Amino acid sequence: MENAVQDMKKAHKIIAEFTYEKGQVDRGYTNRTLYVDLSNNRVESRPVTEDMKEKFIGGRGFGLWLLWNGVKDETKWNDPENEVVISAGPIAGITTYPGSGKSLVVTLSPLTNVPVDSNVGGYFGPLLKFAGWDAIEVQGKAKSEVVVFIDGKEGKVTIEEAPEEAINSHILGEQLTEIYADNEEDKRSISVVSAGEGAGHTLLGCLNFSFYDVNRKYVRYKQAGRGGIGTVFRDKKVKAIVVKYPNVKGDSNHPADWKKVADTGVRLHKEIHTYDQHQCKMRTTGTPYLVSIMNDYDLLPVKNFKYGSSPDAMKLAGTVWTPRYRLGKHDGCWYGCTLMCCKTVDDFELKTGPYKGDKVAIDGPEYETIGGVATNCNIFDPDYTLECNFYCDTYGIDTISFGTMLGFLMECWEAGVLDKEKTGGLELTWGNVDAAMELLHQMGAGYGFGKLAGLGIRKLKKHFVEHFGADEHFLNDIGMEAKGLEYSEYVSKESLAQQGGYGLTNKGPQHDEAWLIFMDMVNNQLPTFEDKAEALHYFPMFRTWFGLNGLCKLPWNDIQPGDNKTTDEPHKVPEHVQNYVDLFNGVTGRSINKEDILTMSEGVYNFQRVFNLRMGYGTRKHDAIPYRSMGPVTVEEYESRADRYDRQLKEILGIADPSSKTTEEKISLLRKHREQQYELLIDAVYKRRGWTSDGVPTMETLKRLGIDYPDVVRIVEKHIG
Amino acid sequence: MKVLRFNKDVCSVCGECEKACASLYFKDESREKAALRVDMSSDSKDEPVMKACIQCGECIPICPVGALYRAKNGTVLIKKKICVGCMACVGFCPHSVMYYHADSIEPVKCISCGACVKACPADALRLEEEQVPAEV
Repeated sequence: MENAVQDMKKAHKIIAEFTYEKGQVDRGYTNRTLYVDLSNNRVESRPVTEDMKEKFIGGRGFGLWLLWNGVKDETKWNDPENEVVISAGPIAGITTYPGSGKSLVVTLSPLTNVPVDSNVGGYFGPLLKFAGWDAIEVQGKAKSEVVVFIDGKEGKVTIEEAPEEAINSHILGEQLTEIYADNEEDKRSISVVSAGEGAGHTLLGCLNFSFYDVNRKYVRYKQAGRGGIGTVFRDKKVKAIVVKYPNVKGDSNHPADWKKVADTGVRLHKEIHTYDQHQCKMRTTGTPYLVSIMNDYDLLPVKNFKYGSSPDAMKLAGTVWTPRYRLGKHDGCWYGCTLMCCKTVDDFELKTGPYKGDKVAIDGPEYETIGGVATNCNIFDPDYTLECNFYCDTYGIDTISFGTMLGFLMECWEAGVLDKEKTGGLELTWGNVDAAMELLHQMGAGYGFGKLAGLGIRKLKKHFVEHFGADEHFLNDIGMEAKGLEYSEYVSKESLAQQGGYGLTNKGPQHDEAWLIFMDMVNNQLPTFEDKAEALHYFPMFRTWFGLNGLCKLPWNDIQPGDNKTTDEPHKVPEHVQNYVDLFNGVTGRSINKEDILTMSEGVYNFQRVFNLRMGYGTRKHDAIPYRSMGPVTVEEYESRADRYDRQLKEILGIADPSSKTTEEKISLLRKHREQQYELLIDAVYKRRGWTSDGVPTMETLKRLGIDYPDVVRIVEKHIG
Repeated sequence: MKVLRFNKDVCSVCGECEKACASLYFKDESREKAALRVDMSSDSKDEPVMKACIQCGECIPICPVGALYRAKNGTVLIKKKICVGCMACVGFCPHSVMYYHADSIEPVKCISCGACVKACPADALRLEEEQVPAEV
């Protein structure tokens, strides 16, 4: 590898160079952002204003603000004006508190045409900050494949033509880490952001953010999965963005009160040490612990979200994965994460595709990957799950969008919408592992049916109606997408709160914003519309805050203090909310309280809603969801849970004898009721959020949150009139 | 390897051991900077208790950067240059004897140097030769 890598480095041609004063982080901020214009090979420094910090905080907030100022009303995802913005946030970069190294990536999504923000681990965001920058904006398009290199050791940013390196991440990450590190010990100073060939051939592209594992001695990758950010990245002909910053220390973030930050971290480390093995077992299992729980509660997607469980689900449960992991080594995706949910399976021999026969290390699988590419497609094979996970990652394809899209294709096959002639020979039957992998390789390389599949569900539906004579209503019912983005892997059918949790989001049906299923269905804590609306205000706002500060949400509620159950609001995990207040104040020197967390988030969240309006979306009609996410579409779905649904017809709709009706009639009655319920929920939620009945933030709300900038008002006034 | 051990029967909790440790490493007598702590027992027994690292090595695999290692003489040491101050070792120490304080990004642990043994007026402390435990 070494000689080949040195030749690749020699083939680099520097086409822009920018030197800067290295400076020092001041209480979580560098107070400047880096702007890179690939069309004109220009790099510049831009100041961070006090207003930016006050209203947008950092991370997703900075990303949205910078993107807003970079694009025009008419900008499309593949126009040069679109930007990929990466920012960590003021708390990110501390080393004592688990989950404090996240980066937030923002761009105009190829799937939804509105901004998407994605939360990702790996070292990039914190190292970027220590190298001197609160955020990086990449705008324009390069003429040939480039690497943008931020050298925090020398104080230099270069745009370099990089013709020889791979595009697929598992090779590119190793190559670039080797090229830019001084030696083996220095490799942990490097983080690479890359996509993959599949991101260039589909709209489902994700980004990979690397970190060097000093124990295992190889590069590992976390994903900014949702919304097609990797597609934008490849459209700009960026091979990778690389940052280098050596000698990270516990006070590199220069917190106002390091001791407070350390005390808070030690408290959580002790809690994880004592309780993780009795709670979620994250340290040994990772997020797959969720598979058996979701299956037990009928929430695990099976056969395109038709069902919530399967007798085969335990073949992919957490207990199956733990023996396959290489345990005993530290696993966190940033220093100090003792919850360490990202596990590795090492020495896995690939059975298909361009790397067949290679033995690779695979990060994952996450619960979502299992739910999407496996159970949702009625596949229960762990080896397939690992191989699919690996190829999605290296190709730069989002496992969630891939899995949800594939489930849709398989149901289309079952319903006779697709056949071998239409799919070019792929038999997309439930459970067909070979066809699934073949489709993924087609998407990775951009040929065959894979080219069509890579467009995502919304465009697939259109194509099937226009060219294959498919029934539009049926496809709209079963195509699990909203706003153009594929659903993530929880069955929301029986939880009105979670239907809202997916439908009433800014960026599409992902689980960053709200995860209310347990609260609603298991603990019955949200009985009224007002309760649901309150939860659909509190939790999206609370969860948004993590994206403003560069934090991971898992240490908030996938580990809980021993006495959490005795508190007033155990589902909020109040001691941890206080931890976050302490961390923010400890880093920034400010004095916020728990309520301020919500206000800070509300400002950014409402700004994002207005951004959606600006791009031509963002009103009530765009918060519609497919009926499969609300209730049974087909006869077999209804009849598989007939007791439950018949009981609801009796108790809620007053139908004394459901057996007197056909299943089709019962489906129709239930559907009318559930669709009405969703509309009533929307009314309650909009009211709680301070929006009009069309979902537009009112002027009063904008003023209250201090985001009544002239451009924001201009957009909102058009809709409020 | 040498491990710090304690004779509770002769200790008067005078604090000279803690002062000696903190002074040696931090030029400061504050007991919070010492790598050993001597207090009256927190349970009903009316006797002093000494807490200091016993070189068990359970912290070594916890460290994300490999800053903790067992020296040739068996003592567990911290490579301060590499340490990123994450405090995972502090949180996971089974005996809660990895300490930290505001003036040191790296944690503080007993390395069996013997300064406290010399400083103790009552001979309550000694360094005992013990077997290096198996690798965790």
